[in-house]
Amino acid sequence: MAIDKDTVRKVAHLARIDTPEEALEPLAEEISGILQWIEQLMEIDVEGVDAMASTVETALPMREDVLQDGPTGGGQPDRIVANAPKTEDHFFVVPKVVE
Amino acid sequence: MSPAAILQGRPLMTDLTDLTLAGLRDALKSKEASAVEATQAYLDRIDAAGALNAFITVTADKARAMAEASDKRIAAGEAGPLEGVPLAIKDLFCTQGVRTTAASKILEGFTPDYEATVTANLWRDGAVMLGKTNLDEFAMGSSNETSYFGPVVSPWRRAGSDAKLTPGGSSGGSSAATAARLCAGATGTDTGGSIRQPAALTGTVGVKPTYGRCSRWGTVAFASSLDQAGPVARTVRDAAAMLRSMAGPDAKDSTCVDRPVPDYEAAIGRSVKGLKIGVPKEYRIDGMPDEIETLWSAGVDWLRAAGCEIVDISLPLTKYALPVYYIVAPAEASSNLARYDGVRYGHRAGEYGDVTSMYEKTRAEGFGAEVRRRVMIGAYVLSAGYYDAYYLRAQKVRKLIADEFVKAFADVDLILTPSAPSAAFALGERSDDPVSMYLNDVFTVTGNLAGLPGGSVPAGLDADGLPLGLQLLARPFDEETLFTGLYALEDAAGFSARPDDWWR
Repeated sequence: MAIDKDTVRKVAHLARIDTPEEALEPLAEEISGILQWIEQLMEIDVEGVDAMASTVETALPMREDVLQDGPTGGGQPDRIVANAPKTEDHFFVVPKVVE
Repeated sequence: MSPAAILQGRPLMTDLTDLTLAGLRDALKSKEASAVEATQAYLDRIDAAGALNAFITVTADKARAMAEASDKRIAAGEAGPLEGVPLAIKDLFCTQGVRTTAASKILEGFTPDYEATVTANLWRDGAVMLGKTNLDEFAMGSSNETSYFGPVVSPWRRAGSDAKLTPGGSSGGSSAATAARLCAGATGTDTGGSIRQPAALTGTVGVKPTYGRCSRWGTVAFASSLDQAGPVARTVRDAAAMLRSMAGPDAKDSTCVDRPVPDYEAAIGRSVKGLKIGVPKEYRIDGMPDEIETLWSAGVDWLRAAGCEIVDISLPLTKYALPVYYIVAPAEASSNLARYDGVRYGHRAGEYGDVTSMYEKTRAEGFGAEVRRRVMIGAYVLSAGYYDAYYLRAQKVRKLIADEFVKAFADVDLILTPSAPSAAFALGERSDDPVSMYLNDVFTVTGNLAGLPGGSVPAGLDADGLPLGLQLLARPFDEETLFTGLYALEDAAGFSARPDDWWR
């Protein structure tokens, strides 16, 4: 299936990637080329086949619902914001989202 | 070797970097050499190999400090299994206090405050970190050309040519560093072939264990149901020693299985007599060089001569594996890479309006062309109206491919194939056509889709003097038989070529 410029614009927005107008057409061509190659999958009869999401067939391990030690634990705001491009006190700073 | 060491009557080694990982480990244990000396020897070689661009970050001071600590533990009789062995780490593993980039601009300035489980396991066992190796951006590539830090140049060259060749990808820095003897071994990750293909292209050994053997915690995620860590090494024994340390249960990754890790080195040298080796006819593809076909036949002959029974098998869905991969992997990537939003870590665009434009500009600036393309394909195949036709269908075909292997492994112990469809190609030669680049992984990607362990060993040279590899695949969690088979191939092939140090 070939995809057009408008679909690329929509997908770029879904992916939150700013894409200039002049890049849409070349991207549509590239992605269409890849999708056409992928189309061969339509030849296969998948009626009644289970979709496979993982190769590991084990039950998810359960643990007590308590704070963990180490970096996934709580009470360490300095470490949490240490890599953020913009912070104030222990908050991440972003443009205003609620008027 | 220091004058003091010579005075103490230790055997003089010409160059510690010529030892295999296992050889160095044993020399350190018996105090014939020190970890500090070995580490400095590697750092000197790294210093002189800037032309290869194999490292994004060299951690010389940390390496020396770790080596000193190793020497103390050796002196105190407390040496771990990899004590003092200098390793390079693919820059996809988060390393505490050392910047981690995934070869992407979007992780600019990111220094993890935690350590990946795989690397933590290596340090627990005494290994020394030399630095972080270059890779394709977010491990998306087969030639190491998508790195924000520029391509890696292979230490190998065609006879009579100085054209720059690819070391493969995505673990191209790790394969180049191992082949050029800039480290005793290196970690890699393999989502569609990113350990085995670069190993094949650089005359090194690369092993991807069963999905679930190594924890993925702290490893930058690409496609979560396919990503698996493994070693790039000079010999099969070296790879076995590294994997034993890297693997193991981890409560922080629920897909990491709770199984004991066998002593993989003990599987090396076991007899392969009576093992059944499957040879799948569908791995004979159009346009594959005769040399690879010939090498594959040689591999069959070597294993037959060693007492294996050769069985012709059929895996009819092989040709659908790459199309399945190029739906599943981008879909998982688009979800995993949604976290790069310019808020919590890494790069944020300099100019933006509202929050959406901040995300969009940040991601447009931060991701390279291949990553942007894959994230968009992922978003497309997961979007309303296309989910069933693409994503769900791909997951079903994945199941059929995995079932094909279950059936095949009812009759055979190992499957023998070429590792890659060609020898190393020149940088820039294939970057125009994504699909032709994707075809590099045609022999390796099935192992990821089915979660199987697989490994590549160098088995010969092509007419230009470039290395070619053979791959073995094994049953899930049967890495021991895999190592037994890989060693039998290594032993029979007797591959001893190495690149000359043209870059020095």
